[in-house]
Amino acid sequence: MSILQFFWKNQAQVYALTLEHLWLVGVSMLLAVSIGLPLGILVTRRPAFGKAILGASTIVQTVPSLALFGFLLSSPWLGERAGRLAITALTLYALLPIIQNTYAGITGVDPSVREAARGMGMTDFQLLFQVELPLAMGVILAGVRVATVITIGVATIAAAIGAGGLGEFIFRGLAMVDNRVILAGAIPAALMALLADFLLGRLERRFRYA
Amino acid sequence: MVQEPDVVIEFREVSYRLDSGRPLLYDLNLQVRRGETLVLLGRSGSGKTTTLKLINRLLEPTQGQVFVEGRATTDGDPIRLRRRIGYVIQEVGLFPNFTVERNVGLVPRLEGWSAERARARVQELLALVGLEPEQFATRYPRELSGGQRQRVGVARALAADPPLLLMDEPFGALDPLTRAEIQQEFQRLIQRLQKTIVFVTHDLREALMFATRVALLEGGRLVGVYTPEEFRRVSNPIVAAYFRAFETDRTPRGGE
Repeated sequence: MSILQFFWKNQAQVYALTLEHLWLVGVSMLLAVSIGLPLGILVTRRPAFGKAILGASTIVQTVPSLALFGFLLSSPWLGERAGRLAITALTLYALLPIIQNTYAGITGVDPSVREAARGMGMTDFQLLFQVELPLAMGVILAGVRVATVITIGVATIAAAIGAGGLGEFIFRGLAMVDNRVILAGAIPAALMALLADFLLGRLERRFRYA
Repeated sequence: MVQEPDVVIEFREVSYRLDSGRPLLYDLNLQVRRGETLVLLGRSGSGKTTTLKLINRLLEPTQGQVFVEGRATTDGDPIRLRRRIGYVIQEVGLFPNFTVERNVGLVPRLEGWSAERARARVQELLALVGLEPEQFATRYPRELSGGQRQRVGVARALAADPPLLLMDEPFGALDPLTRAEIQQEFQRLIQRLQKTIVFVTHDLREALMFATRVALLEGGRLVGVYTPEEFRRVSNPIVAAYFRAFETDRTPRGGE
């Protein structure tokens, strides 16, 4: 039985696990953006405090992903449900590129633009929302794109703690020593990553001004 | 009110030093009168930009006080202060994500003008700085030449009709021909507008062209304040050095 035949035979499960994977990635990214963007802005406003945030998110990033899932298993509220735990781990993982790019994007705004804006009497709020964030959006979206691609890959590990997703195929294939089963998980995950990269890349290009 | 009514800006014993402790400005006492163009002349690092930024509170004095319209700049809301002061810088600092129209109309919009009134004002200002409104209003800054950008920068500073204009080497980055053109137009413009202007430059010719008075700064200290005629006659080694550097005739000429 070829890989295509295997796909065909198991298509219902491939779809189901792909959807589950999308759900894990989607929720995690939504959380990561809604936490990472404000944190990134905070880093530009309170540099001293910001160093701690950047440091902490870098440390999280250095923990091997499998270990991060393992660590969180022992925490009380998270350990109860695998989906909850997986989403927490994936969110933590996605934070760093978003925080870093938000910070880099805002600090990368031409200083003369910022000086003119302040000199003309823009409040900090107006400066942020009318000038800095729109100008930083390209860089911020690049961070979101990187984070999304990473998350799609790392989310396959969620299956190891029983949170489902395309990792189910991969771990099953490993146990069965059957490449077709591994590929049934790996190929849809790779396609998903490529598609996300392409779509977010197109969005990013709409924010080029210079 | 403590001061004469025609004084718009007053520096009283103003010093400014960086957080590192390095002083940039020492004990500055200076008055700017209504309707005049005071040129701050000095070399790089002389403290002229620092002086300018103390007026719209982009910097705050570490000692002394700066008064604008009789009120200390540190006393009150900096946003309100800045909205009444036009600000033009060498790098222009146009917002690359805004069209020319939105750039020029920014302060009026922040001040809550109606869209109609703001648009009419933008048209008027673009025409004033020599840019055809129909042709330029919808363009983005990247689609403009250096000279056109600075024209937009001047229009933007004038948008909400501020009584006071601060200009930091506005024409310094332009090529000589464009600069000469804009300088001449600007000279006509300031005669028409009757604004109080503080103008920073290191260019002696430009200083003598616009100034009602020249304030010469050197190493963070005010050397003196002179009318252009006085400036040509004064016997001061720093002044003499300027004339040598610019190879300009020191004898007073009429009309300038």
